[in-house]
Amino acid sequence: MKKIRALIVDDSSVMRKIVERSLRQAGIDLAEVREASNGAEGLGAINEGGVDLILCDINMPVMDGIEFLRQLQGVQNAKNVPVVMITTEGSESHVVQALSVGARGYIRKPFTPEQVKEHVIPLLEEKK
Amino acid sequence: MNSANELIVHHDSPEEWRPFLELACREVFEIMLGCKLEPYNSADPVPPEFTAMVGLAGQLCGVLTLRCTAKSATLMASKMLGIDPKQADEHMWDALGEVCNMIAGNFKNKLTGMADRCMLSVPTVITGADYSFHALADAGPLEVLFTFEGAPINVALEVHS
Repeated sequence: MKKIRALIVDDSSVMRKIVERSLRQAGIDLAEVREASNGAEGLGAINEGGVDLILCDINMPVMDGIEFLRQLQGVQNAKNVPVVMITTEGSESHVVQALSVGARGYIRKPFTPEQVKEHVIPLLEEKK
Repeated sequence: MNSANELIVHHDSPEEWRPFLELACREVFEIMLGCKLEPYNSADPVPPEFTAMVGLAGQLCGVLTLRCTAKSATLMASKMLGIDPKQADEHMWDALGEVCNMIAGNFKNKLTGMADRCMLSVPTVITGADYSFHALADAGPLEVLFTFEGAPINVALEVHS
């Protein structure tokens, strides 16, 4: 698998580090990890280009994960970049909402590294 | 251990939620920190050196708090990040807030229909014990007490209709 440039969007710096560690534990070769603490920062990071995978929380200040996904749909640099939500919001309506605006996976916190692997690896395999 | 989404329950009384609040706490500590919570069998109150709060709004309205010592907050950050406790000080506020957030989310997801009808706020963390807490709750808090790596922690849910 090629080296991956990941963007992690979460207002918790601790959670961003845990997600990064989970990606490495999943055997994903990370060339670069960009971090953003809300959706608006995430859009800024995407506009710099060169992202292969996005992992995103929902409940965040400034711009939440659902609005981030909505705005991402109009961004050329984000075309074909898979987004996996990692969130405490566990309702079916949140899942449906996230999937309807472009998310490709949905992981509920608390989560294990195995869950990250199960959701992310197939998406990266698809891109090969 | 059942996952959050396997439990289907419907109870009206906050006191009946106790097993689900306890389970929500245990799951978060086991999955995210790799630690088992033990029962707290002392009458001594938990020193509230750090207090994390997450608000709940909607059908379930109130606030969930997590209180612990500074040492416990540091240890939570250390366990979550897999780093030495001496290097974890700068992360303890964030870690404590995130643990509280995950407990609140995990708990509400265990109550039938609540996941859809209850929203969570982003967490807030208070340092120090010199404060008064008033949550407009209808009754006293639903409290669960544990020992985390030898130190007490207190998780409380204050609900108002």
